[in-house]
Amino acid sequence: MKFGVVRFPGSCDEVDALLACRRFGEAELLWHKDRDLHGVDAVVVPGGFSYGDYLRAGAIARFSPLMETVIEFAREGGPVLGICNGFQVLCEAGLLPGALLTNRSLRFVCRQVDIVVENPDTPFTRACAQDEVLSVPVKHTTGRYYAPGVPEEQVVLRYAPGHNPNGAQDDIAGVCNAAGNVLGLMPHPEHAVDPLTGSADGGRLFESLAMAPVA
Amino acid sequence: MLIRPKEGILDPVGQTVEGALPALGFEGVSNVHVGRLVELDVDDASEVPAMCERLLANPLIEDYEIFDGLEARRPLQNAEPEAPRRSTV
Repeated sequence: MKFGVVRFPGSCDEVDALLACRRFGEAELLWHKDRDLHGVDAVVVPGGFSYGDYLRAGAIARFSPLMETVIEFAREGGPVLGICNGFQVLCEAGLLPGALLTNRSLRFVCRQVDIVVENPDTPFTRACAQDEVLSVPVKHTTGRYYAPGVPEEQVVLRYAPGHNPNGAQDDIAGVCNAAGNVLGLMPHPEHAVDPLTGSADGGRLFESLAMAPVA
Repeated sequence: MLIRPKEGILDPVGQTVEGALPALGFEGVSNVHVGRLVELDVDDASEVPAMCERLLANPLIEDYEIFDGLEARRPLQNAEPEAPRRSTV
């Protein structure tokens, strides 16, 4: 499994994402001006403040040359994981339903939260059990997920009761597209891949991606 | 273009402003919503709605209104035009 991690101007979690991927496979950074995915098997769109988050978070990044190729890759069924700002970019790109709004509190939140695996039948969660609880950090100001009418089967991860940090609709923490090959989530699995940082649960998502698909 | 949060979407910025105004003695304020204004010059005005749909607004969460012409561009004026402010630093 070869992962590609996108780097936009203003990305800040791409190195953690790269190192998380390297625990489970090969990984390299992909520059936003490039149009070539260098033959990677999965793409990670990391957290940060791509293009300064001007206008709306993810609105400008979505039109970068590399994203055009990523959108094509996703439409052909390639797995794409968007984390935090990456989630915002994928929503703006129309690869995922919904939008991310300013936190209900209007405050930046940075804390460890529990998220529940609602759907283990995706390329991102197949190493997990149904209802498995993962402890991972969140850190964002624009994380209140809003998607009227999003189908229940596309809700892959939900904040555990009492852990919703931003007022997201129905406690949704992570959502996939109808085909199941694109996942976006606000929590940061790449910051929770080693017990040294308090939890290695985030590794389960990268481990899932690296697993051979069930034939 | 005037862009504002869609009706029915929780607007915590508007709510916070609404809460702050009575603290300054301005009573009787309700339904505060905070949006943004985009000004631009454009050769082909027929392209503006597409600009709004694709980039300037997110139609899922925002409504937009397009105003054409210079008067409309500056509909709100302070009572007296002010001299340009200078930093006193």
